[in-house]
Amino acid sequence: MTYAVLLIMMVISVYPILWVIGSSLNPGTSLFSSTLIPKHATFDHYVWLFTSPDSQYLTWYKNTLIIAALNAIASVILTMGTAYAFSRYRFVGRKHGLAFFLVLQMFPSMMTMVAIYVLLNMLNLLDSYWGLLLVYAGAQIPFNTWLVKGYFDTIPRSLDEAAKIDGAGHNTIFFRIMLPLARPVIALVALFNFTGPMTDFLLPQIVLTSPEKKTLAVGLFGFIYDQFGKNFTLFAAGSVLIAVPIAVLFLALQRFFIAGLTAGASKG
Amino acid sequence: MKGRTWRMRHTAGLLSALSMGLGQLYNRQWYKGIFLLLLEFSYIGIFADLFNMGLWGIVTLGTVPFRDDSVQLLAKGIVALIVIAFGLFFYVLNIQDAVRVAKMRERGDRPPGLWQTWRTVTDKGYPYLIIAPGFLLLVFVVLFPLLFMVALAFTNYDLYHSPPAKLVDWVGWDNFINLFRLDLWKNSLISVFQWTVVWTLISTTVQFALGLLLAVLLNQKQVKFKRLIRTVLILPWAVPPFVSVLVFSMMFNDSFGPINGMLESIGLDHIPWMTDPFWCKVAILLIQFWLGFPFNLALCTGVLQTISSDLYEAADVDGATPWQKFRHITLPLVLYATAPLLIVQYAGNFNNFNVIYLFNKGGPAVPGQTAGGTDILISWVYKLMFDTSKFNYAATISVIIGLVVVCFAVYQFRQTRSFKEEDLIQ
Repeated sequence: MTYAVLLIMMVISVYPILWVIGSSLNPGTSLFSSTLIPKHATFDHYVWLFTSPDSQYLTWYKNTLIIAALNAIASVILTMGTAYAFSRYRFVGRKHGLAFFLVLQMFPSMMTMVAIYVLLNMLNLLDSYWGLLLVYAGAQIPFNTWLVKGYFDTIPRSLDEAAKIDGAGHNTIFFRIMLPLARPVIALVALFNFTGPMTDFLLPQIVLTSPEKKTLAVGLFGFIYDQFGKNFTLFAAGSVLIAVPIAVLFLALQRFFIAGLTAGASKG
Repeated sequence: MKGRTWRMRHTAGLLSALSMGLGQLYNRQWYKGIFLLLLEFSYIGIFADLFNMGLWGIVTLGTVPFRDDSVQLLAKGIVALIVIAFGLFFYVLNIQDAVRVAKMRERGDRPPGLWQTWRTVTDKGYPYLIIAPGFLLLVFVVLFPLLFMVALAFTNYDLYHSPPAKLVDWVGWDNFINLFRLDLWKNSLISVFQWTVVWTLISTTVQFALGLLLAVLLNQKQVKFKRLIRTVLILPWAVPPFVSVLVFSMMFNDSFGPINGMLESIGLDHIPWMTDPFWCKVAILLIQFWLGFPFNLALCTGVLQTISSDLYEAADVDGATPWQKFRHITLPLVLYATAPLLIVQYAGNFNNFNVIYLFNKGGPAVPGQTAGGTDILISWVYKLMFDTSKFNYAATISVIIGLVVVCFAVYQFRQTRSFKEEDLIQ
């Protein structure tokens, strides 16, 4: 009985993934005749994505990677200082600042898309990576500050107090002692903010308008829903090429994700 | 000056209130005083235009079409208000500082010199210095849009009132009133809101229940190949959701999707997954279960492993059935540990734009409504903005979403421990 349930769920989990891999190997553009195991398997679609002059797949891939990498860097720089200050210093406004961050973190950033669209338009930052980055980097601050603050809180205070007695200044303690100790959480923030833009659809769809600036999510959406789209098999091939690297990375790191989750859960 | 009660601190405070820096000059802190005076003049000089235009703009939203861009004026007005708030904040600090130093002088102490002041700023002020960059960005990227959106909800900014050809006006509560009174809006709002609530409750509850069930099954001692099975079951979590949802939208395709194909092969009818609102909702719920259970499986697995086996052994001694053990030991403990993340999932699905929009663009269209059959509030907002340019209603609905989220958040904070944490209360 147990095995039956598990087996059914395993099939349900894997089926869509196998199906899209199968579809990507099917000849033609439509899925009408497509089967899970294609009769005339072909890598044409993959070849097309990389070599056809009409294909912008590589451009999209490059755009997405650039945005994701820049966002990871910007997020780490912006979050570390705030989290460190909230964790180690007792200053006027700290309590309210923390509560303010906690509330802001609750607002989904897409709730303000009306405002963000109008504002970026006004600042001439529509269709620019800077506009996109600005929104990503700003919006992550509240959540990640809490995350990193929680980590800093677990580093024993005796370490920085000892350094202070030895005459280390604020900057020395922060850059030479705390940041190196916080390496795991820096990696986590960087990873979160790398995968975020990789898989986001809404914001790039709003902000980036010219085709050569599209990201993968927006580009793939176009394969199915655009006027000249309906390239289902190309879409399938494109999806496989995005999903596989992310899934491999994810499965390799899943232990950290789960450990981080349960640690967060027990802290409440 | 007059009477006993008037002291140096009052003079200093009054002078500082007249203009930044005067109180400091009175306290003979020459450099600081001159610095603050210069600061005030440059502040006024730099932002004079902004205040002038911004405040005029936010009140009138412009008077001459083509010359005045109402939306820009509104934005400038809000920036002006934020800059003024910052200014006032420093002004108050300046008065406090003058009074504090004057009190020292009353006691006969020497006011702190330039070097000492510098030391205080870089030492005591260090946390402010490292918070400042993040905080400033937050104010302009998160807080400012929030204020702007709330303001838009009280205007008539839509396709027909859109700069530069037309001006935007303040309309007070009209949008909110129309949303609840006009049939077209009321019908859409009611049906979208109902579906949003149903969607949030069902999708989150089932995805959690499914995850928990599988975690419990996998946690049994006699099950073999645990690691392999778990990895396969977690796979849906590893695929980026936009890819999986788009893949599902092909699989559920009415005419060539494999799901209808399978139904046919076992002798059932085609189901209009993409064109009938009811079946479309069913499909989206099924997709969300698929997307959401692996996360809960991972979460519950983690929690289950922390439950001590003593509890179950004691229950065995008492002759408890498996169901009783689950009901009275496992479930309460798991719920207790996962409650915060469960609430986050409810909030997440409440605003789960990706699944709704990517599957079918919130379709199919429903006659007599401005929203599609599967639109939840957030995807409806998106459509109002980008399909029909009704920015005012989009903002109004966003405000409603915001209110729901805030109520929810406040409730959550009262329930969870993080708000009672020692360092939040101090």
